[in-house]
Amino acid sequence: MNYSVLIPMILFLLIIFGIGYWSSRKLSSSSNFINDYFLGGRELGGFVLAMTMVATYGSASSFLGGPGTAYTMGFGWVLLAMTQVVTGYFVLMILGKKFAIMARRYNAVTMIDFLKVRYRSSAVAILSALSIIIFLFSAMAAQWIGGARLIESLTGLSYNSALFLFAVSVLVYVTIGGFRAVALTDAVQGAVMLVGTLVLLIAVVITGGGIPNIVSDLINENPNLVTPYGAEGNLSAAYVSSFWILVGVGVVGLPQIAVRAMSYKNSQSMHRALIIGTLVTGVIMLNMHLIGVFARPILPDITVGDTVIPLIALEVLPPWVAGIVLAAPMAAIMSTVDSLLLIVSSSIVRDVYSSYIKPDASLKTIKRMSVGVTGTLGVIVFLMALNPPDLLIFLNLFAFGGLEAAFIWPVVLGLYWKWGNKFGAIASMVTGIVSYIALHFYNLANGELFGVHTVTFPVLLSLLAFVVGSLLIGRKAYDFNEDFAK
Amino acid sequence: MNETDWRFKVAHREAWIGVGLAVFNFIWWFGFAYGMGSRPVEDYSYIFGLPDWFFYSCVVGFVLIAALVIVTVKIFFVEVPFEEEEDRK
Repeated sequence: MNYSVLIPMILFLLIIFGIGYWSSRKLSSSSNFINDYFLGGRELGGFVLAMTMVATYGSASSFLGGPGTAYTMGFGWVLLAMTQVVTGYFVLMILGKKFAIMARRYNAVTMIDFLKVRYRSSAVAILSALSIIIFLFSAMAAQWIGGARLIESLTGLSYNSALFLFAVSVLVYVTIGGFRAVALTDAVQGAVMLVGTLVLLIAVVITGGGIPNIVSDLINENPNLVTPYGAEGNLSAAYVSSFWILVGVGVVGLPQIAVRAMSYKNSQSMHRALIIGTLVTGVIMLNMHLIGVFARPILPDITVGDTVIPLIALEVLPPWVAGIVLAAPMAAIMSTVDSLLLIVSSSIVRDVYSSYIKPDASLKTIKRMSVGVTGTLGVIVFLMALNPPDLLIFLNLFAFGGLEAAFIWPVVLGLYWKWGNKFGAIASMVTGIVSYIALHFYNLANGELFGVHTVTFPVLLSLLAFVVGSLLIGRKAYDFNEDFAK
Repeated sequence: MNETDWRFKVAHREAWIGVGLAVFNFIWWFGFAYGMGSRPVEDYSYIFGLPDWFFYSCVVGFVLIAALVIVTVKIFFVEVPFEEEEDRK
């Protein structure tokens, strides 16, 4: 076991626990538990808001999978990764002030609360709760597997012990601290990612003998590596551009991101978050994926993409620095997992239990339920990740794209288009999910339809369904100025 | 009574600014990447060691967008209260 790598990582985890504990003390003195547990009391400042969005968004895929693919594909994959810069400003500008105002007026704590009040429909709420529980649950389990693999490769522990270690650390601070703990630890984790990727990039460039040297090594190996078309020349412009929808503008429809857009204190925090979020996303994505490409001439024989970042860090950095830097992907995975865990448990407690099963539940019951459900979910995910069923891997494959196709229009048009109604919303969600699943199988069998990523057409079809449904059935203009004072 | 909340006008304008920035960002990114990147590799030039298409599309593109975001937020974005005003009719 490599103690000089391990000790900095353990220290990092201890700091995270400290924050969770501190937030839980703040939570127990709070008068509005639900609001605080799931939303941090709508008082996130700009820096924390930006970092929690970046950290939630930058998951195992951008920290292990992404650089691993860049290692194989070359600069074309860095180009693709840079489509994510748009999320830094787009989500907050689009949902922006209107979402913040409407969410407060509706007294909404989750994205589903917002949809339920906006469309005055339980069908919309239940449909959304189900899709969130199913899709995000699977997405979460996949992240746990990633986290455990990372600990496994660093410590030499067995997969099961690594998974156990990971599960306990995540559960402790999510169950006790709620959203505030998650948002605060996200801020720490975001900062770790930023500094970690910078240090690693610099070390890789120095070890490789400077950028010109590395690039000429790449050209000597395969000139395609420095083109936008990938190592085999098979990354088409249309395919790469369609990632603008999947990881760029479509992110507006992801519940774990949208909930953050209702949690900020005031418009000043939002303005700061816009700037910080754009800068941090851009720097992290550029660094991380360039590291992947630049690692190629230094360590030419890596076969498993996910191991590129751990291996290159151990190669080019002194062990204790590697320990700190590798806390970055660890941080990315943990912060994604904790947000997903909270979103799924809020869907169960708030959108299903306290809305439909027991509307008159006492505050104390809800409090106990929230902590209990979050904990139970964690244990179930742990058991599933021990021996992942095929269905889980399969659901995870289209978790994000499917959710985007389902939610983007009900949320965005629900905010800005007065003709949007519940029939449009239901049609849009059903069309989005069904067409996404159908196209997923079609593309698997026949290659990408028109050469673009699966998410493209379902997003367009669900827009069509939303507009047609809203205009044809029960057409009625919505009054955004209606008073909701209760 | 049905007068549009003034804060919504601000919100709507800022959402359109977001769309505008994203469109500009896409055109810049796409134009340099595939406009310059589709030449044969022998014709590439290198800036700070990076292929020219990549440097303009991703490095300059990112810096430019970040600068535009800072400028638009500082100049065009208006601070509005989020809580309901007490005297709302």
